[in-house]
Amino acid sequence: MQQPTTKVLPLYQEFHPRWYRPRVSVYWWLGQWQYLKFIVREISSVFVAIFVVITLLELRALRAGPEAYARFQHWLQSPVALVLNLVSLFFVIFHTITWFNLAPRAMAVRWRGKRLPEILIAAPNYAVWVVISVGVAWLVLK
Amino acid sequence: MADKIILEIPRYSPERDTQPHFEEFEVPVHKEWVVLDALNYIKDRVDGSLTYRWSCRMGICGSCGMMVDGEPKLSCATFLSSYARNGNKLRVEPLRYFPVIRDLVTELSDFLVKLKAVKPWLIRQKEPPLEEGEFLQTPEQLENYKQFSMCINCTLCYAACPVVGLDPVFVGPAAIALAQRYNQDSRDQGTAERMAVLAHPEGIWGCTFVGECTRVCPKHVDPAGAIQQYKLKAALDWVKSFVTPLGRKNKDVRHAAAND
Repeated sequence: MQQPTTKVLPLYQEFHPRWYRPRVSVYWWLGQWQYLKFIVREISSVFVAIFVVITLLELRALRAGPEAYARFQHWLQSPVALVLNLVSLFFVIFHTITWFNLAPRAMAVRWRGKRLPEILIAAPNYAVWVVISVGVAWLVLK
Repeated sequence: MADKIILEIPRYSPERDTQPHFEEFEVPVHKEWVVLDALNYIKDRVDGSLTYRWSCRMGICGSCGMMVDGEPKLSCATFLSSYARNGNKLRVEPLRYFPVIRDLVTELSDFLVKLKAVKPWLIRQKEPPLEEGEFLQTPEQLENYKQFSMCINCTLCYAACPVVGLDPVFVGPAAIALAQRYNQDSRDQGTAERMAVLAHPEGIWGCTFVGECTRVCPKHVDPAGAIQQYKLKAALDWVKSFVTPLGRKNKDVRHAAAND
């Protein structure tokens, strides 16, 4: 007697079209002005770090005694230090302004059911900045 | 205004091609035509095999998003005449950072998984009995989340976000804005659960605030703003979890939710 043959069906395989996945170029930030602006802003924060490091070094010199402090003051008057400080100052001010301008985006303060206008969030930041700066200037220059 | 424009469209067929190649189509420019009209013209009159998504052609359905001249745009809301100068070519490509299925059609399942991960629905800790009636809201309470609820999931913000391109696991702008939409809703009690998903390097902390998502959003949802507000809340929650026992309780809820 002949054995009944069982027909083996091929396993069902879900159709999956071959996708095209473009790679993101290493130079993605060069293609568009908005991206370039973003990357330049990010990189320029290195100067903010330099500003902090110089201040810390100054504090260390102050702690090490009058001689070390005088030596550090002398270095600060060198053209290299002056240029570095000037460039850093420019970027610190730039980052301060852009940071304060971004603050209203992160803080959605509501007053009587309405969102406060951006200027009311940014303005106090600027006011505190000016007050502290004037205070420091008064301490240093008096 | 020129009366003709050449559209450069990448053609990709998964059966034939390993990578797309550009094809050029000359289309007439009418004052009232948008890019989608030009694509429909090509499909009707020139090449019926051109594949793209569209539905409502009035900026509501969010399915016709494309890169028009390198910018993520709804092709139904982008006028052809703004690009038509003599002999001008206009490049229309599929949305950036998404896998391409065919021609201008992108694969969205990754986005849909991310969207679901942020639990975009009303979460109640305890469901009140039906007799208590519906949840009422004041206009102020509606105003609190309305902006973020305008999202049409067109994914233009994903195509604008370099973090999405560089870090494919990043949850992304629209999903986070939608999470914020439910957090801000007076009927919702799921903020802690969503925080467990989003207070994460692949969630809100993945965002570097390029701000492009907000610029390209056709519905003015401001996803970048939503993410920064979320970051502020996460940071405050973190501080609170140190100083108050109530904060610690919230943290426990979050841990429980994270372990689910």
